[in-house]
Amino acid sequence: MRLLNASGCLDALTAPEVALALDAFVTKTVTPLPRDGNPPVRIAETEHGMLNSIGLANPGLDRFLGESLPRLAGLGLPLWVSVGGFDAGQYAASCARLDDRPEIEALELNLSCPNVEEAPESAAEIVAACRTATSKPLWAKLSPALPRVPDVARAVAAAGADGLSLVNTIRGLALDPRTLRPVLGTAGGGYSGPALKPIALAAVHACAQAVDLPIVGMGGVMTGDDARDLLAVGATHIALGTVLFRDPFAPRRIRAELAAESRPDTLTLDQASRV
Amino acid sequence: MRRREARNVVARERVGPYTLLRLDRGGLEPGVPGQFFMLEAPGRLLPRPMSLCLAPPGELAFLIDPIGPGTRALCSLEPGERIHVFGPLGNGFRLDVERPLLVGGGIGVAPFPYLSEALGGPPAVLGFRTSHHAEAAALVPSAEVVLEPVLVTELVERSCDVLACGPEPMLEAVRALVPHAQLAWEAPMACGHGGCYGCVVEIDGALQRLCVAGPVLCAEKHEDLAA
Repeated sequence: MRLLNASGCLDALTAPEVALALDAFVTKTVTPLPRDGNPPVRIAETEHGMLNSIGLANPGLDRFLGESLPRLAGLGLPLWVSVGGFDAGQYAASCARLDDRPEIEALELNLSCPNVEEAPESAAEIVAACRTATSKPLWAKLSPALPRVPDVARAVAAAGADGLSLVNTIRGLALDPRTLRPVLGTAGGGYSGPALKPIALAAVHACAQAVDLPIVGMGGVMTGDDARDLLAVGATHIALGTVLFRDPFAPRRIRAELAAESRPDTLTLDQASRV
Repeated sequence: MRRREARNVVARERVGPYTLLRLDRGGLEPGVPGQFFMLEAPGRLLPRPMSLCLAPPGELAFLIDPIGPGTRALCSLEPGERIHVFGPLGNGFRLDVERPLLVGGGIGVAPFPYLSEALGGPPAVLGFRTSHHAEAAALVPSAEVVLEPVLVTELVERSCDVLACGPEPMLEAVRALVPHAQLAWEAPMACGHGGCYGCVVEIDGALQRLCVAGPVLCAEKHEDLAA
């Protein structure tokens, strides 16, 4: 089991002490051209989670390769680059440019950002296009809002994906209680945090039965117990998202909680006799 | 260096409509005036960014306006309760100024007690909505207080080195008067460490994260605060 961050929830350059507690760092999604992202307000806390509407703000692939990647490589952590685009050709072109950079361990295809327009092609078509462009491991990050996630998992597996990242945020909306208007500048946004955990469990559970691919499980992991649950339904690795906003030192804590876990059914005979 | 620790509430004092929350300092450093800390808000998912108000020996104190569920939870903390505190974060005020003048509005007074101490008690102009709110001015030595509808900008001397914190319209007005002013801005913030990209403002024509580039910015560099 490796502990990663969810893409877009951590900047390893502004919080290196957080990134260095992970087993690999996943970058914020990089698109071919620079993007300012969405206008503020971009975040809203809700009763059981939070909404974001960042809109894939990023410096674009040229500046990422020239400026960010060398600095990230200096941290000495395995790097996964999250790749975004607005059609299959863009995804594939980005993968081709990232392919010969030895400092990159894997590519995660962001096929499911709820805050930008989707590519016209299916997830499997995008994976197939990227497969021809790179020999690096390709992880397909899927939305839990798809009508039949396991079918998509089978299709991206057949198209050459090496793993699945489950799940991205799901679309939600919050109102300002005083004005009854949406808090976020874009009205809707991606919903994450504790409320996402049952949704993530369902997606990982279904996909683990559908395909024989490793899965990065993420969605509402706040504690070691949450990580254990995702592992129990078939996740291979765990990624932390919203919890890093609440507690940037969560990686160490969650790792320790997982290691210290002792549920009644895992007690040794000696321990059990004393219960 | 920034750290995250669980700290005890030492005292909670009412200052007009605001609450001065005193925490034991532990191993946390107070940082530079204008820097901020992320305070765990009991019962809420996300911590809340608060600039340091006072740094008496062994303590860190924050002046909080109970305007939402997170700040209300912070203002309801009782002595002996513990919250996680992460900081100091961001860039504070530059203190190498010759003729400092502190200009604040409302809860924007929060970083000034610590800043005033660091600058040796410079003059301050503070604006409030009501005399009840203006009770917070007692935390800042040498403060001149104005109440609405009088605006602080009516008392700002352009030749001074202005250090300002307050509501956005006040900061915009100060910026128009004093291009070299240092302005402490505010934005919704989920993490405080550059991860969430929620706190962006427009600086030099580009959206930048306030938690990393600010919260204190030079007025000239800060072209337009979007929305």
